[in-house]
Amino acid sequence: MCDTCGCGDRELVPVELEKRILEKNDSIAKHNREHFEEAGILCVNLMGSPGAGKTALLEATSHALHGSRSLVAIAGDLATDNDANRLTAAGIRSVSINTGSACHLDAEMVHHGVHKLEPLACDYLFIENVGNLVCPAIYDLGQAINVVALSVTEGEDKPLKYPVMFQKADLVVLTKIDLLPYLTHVSLHRIHDNLSRVMPKLRVIGVSAKSGEGIGDWAKYLEDESTNAARFLHEASVPRS
Amino acid sequence: MHEYSIVQSLVDSVEQAIAGRDGAAVRRLTVRIGEMSGVDTTLLASAYDLFREGTVCEQAEMTIERVDARWACPVCDAAIERGQALQCAACSVPAELKSGDEIILQRIELEVH
Repeated sequence: MCDTCGCGDRELVPVELEKRILEKNDSIAKHNREHFEEAGILCVNLMGSPGAGKTALLEATSHALHGSRSLVAIAGDLATDNDANRLTAAGIRSVSINTGSACHLDAEMVHHGVHKLEPLACDYLFIENVGNLVCPAIYDLGQAINVVALSVTEGEDKPLKYPVMFQKADLVVLTKIDLLPYLTHVSLHRIHDNLSRVMPKLRVIGVSAKSGEGIGDWAKYLEDESTNAARFLHEASVPRS
Repeated sequence: MHEYSIVQSLVDSVEQAIAGRDGAAVRRLTVRIGEMSGVDTTLLASAYDLFREGTVCEQAEMTIERVDARWACPVCDAAIERGQALQCAACSVPAELKSGDEIILQRIELEVH
């Protein structure tokens, strides 16, 4: 009852919460991240449009590494196991997560996926997210790095149309560059320029999964990230004098 | 369309917040959604209206406060205008998103007996 004026209205009490709505997802993501870091696994959240070449990039990665690194993948797919099957055929131990109508993976789905893959022992864990340039950007999965695959056939202005996705990217892998000679209207300069307006730490590697061009640079990037993560963990674990 | 998932998490958060407050009815929610959060506020509002039925939020109107994206240099704090390259020309460092990625349940208003 309102005690102030005796009007008979019930009292409304404001409760300040200032709480992240995705707090639960973030806490599961933190758990995943700690698990990957303790195991010395570099976890890559690979995002991009449907057809950007995410699966082909991972197939080419596996072939290029010739078993020198052990690779594991979780493939998010609305309805099929096709991607996981392709990855398995390419030598990557994989599990599929069918999201049904959901347009993204969340930390809990990844957690379940990881349990299906136990023992997880590997160097790199790739999470091939559902093909979509909007929804996957919002959910932290526990990854060390976000990589966005952008194909040269998608249109130069994709970064400007989907700024949230590209803002979150640590690296953009520009795929299908073997097609550039046929795409006379596509300018790499304009793609880079558009990326620079939405991606503060601009980093781009051009690759062709078909010809193998650039795959070595991508493999080197993964190696460096893995080494940096291990060094960071080591430094964090050494007490400062 | 991840706004349904966001609403599910929102309703869960409200349930948690009122746990132990017997007899309190939620009458209003205020959420803050950033321009760079990836959440579409129109879709969020319609998802909320569909989803709140039968939940603790059934009688609660939702107010959405939108937060504009604000980029600035982490060194000299100069603002980087929308549409420009996200680098500080003077300091040659990447810009930082100072605000605009919020997906926050700010406040609930409860009717108490």
